[in-house]
Amino acid sequence: MAHSDEKSQSGGKGSAVSRRRFLSDVARTACGVGLLGMGIGLYSRQAVSLPALALRPPGALPEKDFLSACTRCGLCVRDCPYDILKLAELGEEVALGTPYFTARKAGCEMCEDIPCVPVCPTGALDHDLTDINESRMGLAVLSDQETCVAFLGLRCEVCYNICPVRGKAITIERKHNIRSGKHALFIPVVHSDSCTGCGKCEEACITDKASIKIFPTELAKGKLGEHYRVGWEEKARAGESLVTPDQEHIYNLPEGQSYDHGGEGLIMEESQDSPFSSNPLDTLNRGF
Amino acid sequence: MTMKLNSRPGVEAVATKGFFQAYKWLLLRRLSQLSILGLFLLGPLAGVWLIKGNLASSLVLDTVPLTEPMLVMQMFAAGFIPLSTALWGALFVVAFYLVVGGRTYCSWVCPVNIVTDSAAWLRERLGIAASSSFPRNTRYWMLALVMLLAAVTGTMAYEVVNPVPMLHRGIIFGIGLSWSVIIAIFLFDLFIARKGWCGHICPMGGLYGIIGKISPLRVRADRREMCDDCMECFVVCPEPHVIKPALKGADMGNGPVITAGECTNCGRCIDICAEEVFNFGYRFNNQSKESS
Repeated sequence: MAHSDEKSQSGGKGSAVSRRRFLSDVARTACGVGLLGMGIGLYSRQAVSLPALALRPPGALPEKDFLSACTRCGLCVRDCPYDILKLAELGEEVALGTPYFTARKAGCEMCEDIPCVPVCPTGALDHDLTDINESRMGLAVLSDQETCVAFLGLRCEVCYNICPVRGKAITIERKHNIRSGKHALFIPVVHSDSCTGCGKCEEACITDKASIKIFPTELAKGKLGEHYRVGWEEKARAGESLVTPDQEHIYNLPEGQSYDHGGEGLIMEESQDSPFSSNPLDTLNRGF
Repeated sequence: MTMKLNSRPGVEAVATKGFFQAYKWLLLRRLSQLSILGLFLLGPLAGVWLIKGNLASSLVLDTVPLTEPMLVMQMFAAGFIPLSTALWGALFVVAFYLVVGGRTYCSWVCPVNIVTDSAAWLRERLGIAASSSFPRNTRYWMLALVMLLAAVTGTMAYEVVNPVPMLHRGIIFGIGLSWSVIIAIFLFDLFIARKGWCGHICPMGGLYGIIGKISPLRVRADRREMCDDCMECFVVCPEPHVIKPALKGADMGNGPVITAGECTNCGRCIDICAEEVFNFGYRFNNQSKESS
């Protein structure tokens, strides 16, 4: 067909001239296509780098595998009941045609039946994901302690309350407010073992620009050197201290007082020989 | 040999057969292309989900998957084994085009065809003769390149530039800057190379051409002895080299069937021929009448 056509065009006698022409034609096409290929290859390297704030749907394979698997058909987009996903258009930073969502605009609602996943025809969204709490779309990071109002000593806890894995992915840790000296800070703390990266916290964050953001887990997560051993964990595993024998710490406290570390704190025993009378006037009259 | 190229192609056909007979297959093709787009748009625009997704992958009536075969090939080249849904989808698509002719996709389904046909029409109206020539088998090189890119990068690298799904997805999901690529293809076909994209470069066309090599549904030049050498079929045909062996090959013992996989079954030759040389038919009974 194309072959026989070419032959008839170039004489088809296998002469030196037609062979030369054939070879130069092949070289020309190969070079042209090769140059184009180099261009596309290099462009694609840039075009497939996912910007940090673009999140893949739940169950998405690691980015490189995802880009070898996603047909860009948009079925996940169609089956998202909340219209959160969109396909990247040309000119956006996300690889052309692939699905993503932006947490600040609208986070994943974490549907229990995860309708976007089973509809994926290739498995670019992993069908083994059946429990939405197991999904890891990214990791919430309280990225700005200077703007998060909890660090200013204000009560907010919006991220904690909106979190679909409430009380697990984000907990509120009480810290002493050094500035006022008499209040507590209610600090949201993210736990990577429970955070799905759905983005609800970033969507809901009350500051003008979100102070808590979802980052790709790769970007957000550190890694402790493997040689690190955490003493108290090793101790718990061994059932006893591995270094020196355990000695209970003795607090230097007035009589009748004790300190329960990690528990009730300072404990005042009700005793008769307290320096303070039950009637404060007595104490004052004594000139203490 | 009477060459009537001074009049525009199609004038004679309209005069002898009437407008609708002279544009029958073209109109049917446009109807097919637009209806397919319409079916895909019916979901997002009217909430009627007969077919969901786009030409890359879709779900018909929420049950039958369809997948573009070149995408599945790229997945394998990139080292990813897709789920059976995608494999079945590709199988259905390949099976369908094995029957109706591979490049039937190009002329009856692909939305880029409307763009390149318009460019070809305008090129002819404006009388732009100059065209840079490069071989039509470039598309097979491109197909090899697409697979090589997938293998080397481990991703479907060609899909960040592939204009065919880009246009179709753009129409259905939002076009972004993709229109610029479509305009580029239009201008390329108009000013740089005649039928450059669909007829020379597009690797999807290349793959469908390979699929269509053995398909039974064919254009036949059954009345080729009536040919009066007006050459209009060669002018309108997107792949003119496929016509010659069937139309002019009687002396060489060639049958009347256009056997080349590159024929897009567009039927323009049937429309344009005032002598009604061509018709759709099967590839069987491909004996030269003279010899039988």
